[in-house]
Amino acid sequence: MSTLEIKDLHVSIETEQGTKEILKGVSLTIRTGETHAIMGPNGSGKSTLASTIAGHPRYNVTSGTITLDGEDVLAMSVDERARAGVFLAMQYPVEVPGVTMTNFLRTAKTAIDGEAPKLRTWTKDVKDAMQQLRIDADFAQRNVNEGFSGGEKKRVEILQLELFKPRFAVLDETDSGLDVDALKVVSEGVNRAHSTGNMGTLLITHYTRILRYIKPDFVHVFVDGQVVEEGGPELADRLEEEGYDRYAKGAGAAAIAPAQA
Amino acid sequence: MTDITTEKARIGAPSAQPFINGFTEEGESLSPINVAESKAPLAGEAVKSHSHGGGVGIPDSSRAGRLTSYKLADFKPLTGMEEDWRFTPLKRLRGLHTAVLNGTAPAVSVIAPDSVKVETVGRDDQRIGSAAIPEDRVSANAWENFSEATVITVPAEVQAEGEINVVLTGQGTDASAQHLVIVAQKFSKSVVVLDHQGSAVVSENVEIVVEDGAELSVISLQEWNDDAVHASSQQAKIGRDAKFKHIVVSLGGDLVRVTPSARFTAPGGEVELLGLYFADAGQHLEQRLFVDHAVANCKSNVLYKGALQGRNAHAVWVGDVLIRKEAEGTDSYEANRNLLLTDGARADSVPNLEIETGLIKGAGHASATGRLDDEHLFYLMARGIPEDVARRLVVRGFLHEIIQHIKVPAIEERLTASVERELAATNN
Repeated sequence: MSTLEIKDLHVSIETEQGTKEILKGVSLTIRTGETHAIMGPNGSGKSTLASTIAGHPRYNVTSGTITLDGEDVLAMSVDERARAGVFLAMQYPVEVPGVTMTNFLRTAKTAIDGEAPKLRTWTKDVKDAMQQLRIDADFAQRNVNEGFSGGEKKRVEILQLELFKPRFAVLDETDSGLDVDALKVVSEGVNRAHSTGNMGTLLITHYTRILRYIKPDFVHVFVDGQVVEEGGPELADRLEEEGYDRYAKGAGAAAIAPAQA
Repeated sequence: MTDITTEKARIGAPSAQPFINGFTEEGESLSPINVAESKAPLAGEAVKSHSHGGGVGIPDSSRAGRLTSYKLADFKPLTGMEEDWRFTPLKRLRGLHTAVLNGTAPAVSVIAPDSVKVETVGRDDQRIGSAAIPEDRVSANAWENFSEATVITVPAEVQAEGEINVVLTGQGTDASAQHLVIVAQKFSKSVVVLDHQGSAVVSENVEIVVEDGAELSVISLQEWNDDAVHASSQQAKIGRDAKFKHIVVSLGGDLVRVTPSARFTAPGGEVELLGLYFADAGQHLEQRLFVDHAVANCKSNVLYKGALQGRNAHAVWVGDVLIRKEAEGTDSYEANRNLLLTDGARADSVPNLEIETGLIKGAGHASATGRLDDEHLFYLMARGIPEDVARRLVVRGFLHEIIQHIKVPAIEERLTASVERELAATNN
């Protein structure tokens, strides 16, 4: 079993108005086999957490740590983190012109495993995974994300999740912009990957909708760069009914004891 | 990529604006116009009388106003201030614009299917001058000095099996002149590869006749040695319903300046002008093309892509597209993309679109020069791909769009390998 541990993480970005602190001391521990949902209103820092874990250069960690089984993740380059087993399903997957999906998937798989996948089984794995996610076979010959619809891009992210078999998957609003059918397909993909028991999942979402299909073990509520409440799946149900209003600044913040890590 | 500009001409858009007399649109001062009678550069008697610019009343900022002549003396000595030479380091032309070009021209060897006729002819052959007329001093210098020409003819209705391989091997660095004529007769179909290798200082004129209904691809490869200097004017005359594809690939040489042009002479023609270049430290790779929509209902598409790396790597792309008053129903698009892989490299990209009629299907241009997109790299690296591999993947993909148009497997493989070599050098 592996553990991804985030301790008192402070993250800032440079803006035209100067340095802006977005994460103000976040602590989370995720073990393989667990699913954690991070929920919160827009601008609460959910996506910043996701990008920081993956190592996006825009985000500066000013203090705190991220470790994977004790190894310092923050000291690793973006590609090293991925090879260590951290996967980020992006909110806005980037189009990479001129690089075919086939070529991209094989190159990434080779990098992650440290050796080229066996051609025969790999081709079949890709084909099967695509079929399960209802991705047309001709996508393999298309350039990475180029001309894909929003839903197609998200499905392709989950395709990679299933093929690369990471130890920890961070899903950054994978559910946003999906219709119900696509949401089901994508959720099934995540559940398949999770069912191996070798993956921990950090599911970042604005809505509770996806939690009908992916059952979280823990729910963390993010407001203004901090975790303000933590609980089990029942917390998600409460959020569904009440929304985030009660966490609005000033109103309820004082009433809620800051979460203990 | 940054600075993307795309414009689509509107139906009924006003024709070219007159600019301040003696100045171009960009405010540069130009020499006084050459006045003559002819309208199209290859039209009628005016050509035979040798010296002329565009028609009366054409502003000299228009591509139609460019001086064309078979006589070197008609072109003034170059100063580097001229619009079409302003990016070229004249000192590195090694005399192509000043010397008598009497060095040994690159040796020509042609491997062609039996159905294709290959001849070596003298200056008096009547096919000389059938498609081209020099548009600059270096080209005129070659025209005045070449001693013999290679003429390749694909006879009418012949579908040449396999490509026609023309290997031009440099014979040293004495300034020389070269002349080639490619004639694709009516309804023929063929692919011609001009494969430039070795060391040479050469000004080359390539005349290309694409007769009615013919389909011709010309692929000009510049994989010269590092010391080579090459100026190549490649002018094509496009017949009725003819299809012409032209691909320029410039990788090797100290200074390479290719000036392809396509002139429609009858309706229904289609041209595709593609280019790929990879400029390394100190290399100057220049391409200036011209598409002359002189008649109605023709179609042109231009796409040049380049990568640059190293100190003083310099690429120049100037794309002139002229849609004349007569050219109603024209459909045209031109684009140039540059990737700057390191500091110290420079790309100049100038798309020029002149539209003299509003009755067209479309006319657009785009140009973008930028660095590798950090978000592309992040996406690939977030999938475990190391940075150097990710960079190569993106650049290779960027250039592959041109390579895959070549459709000659052996050449595609060779160029893919060449690009890999260039990319490997980035990491040194």
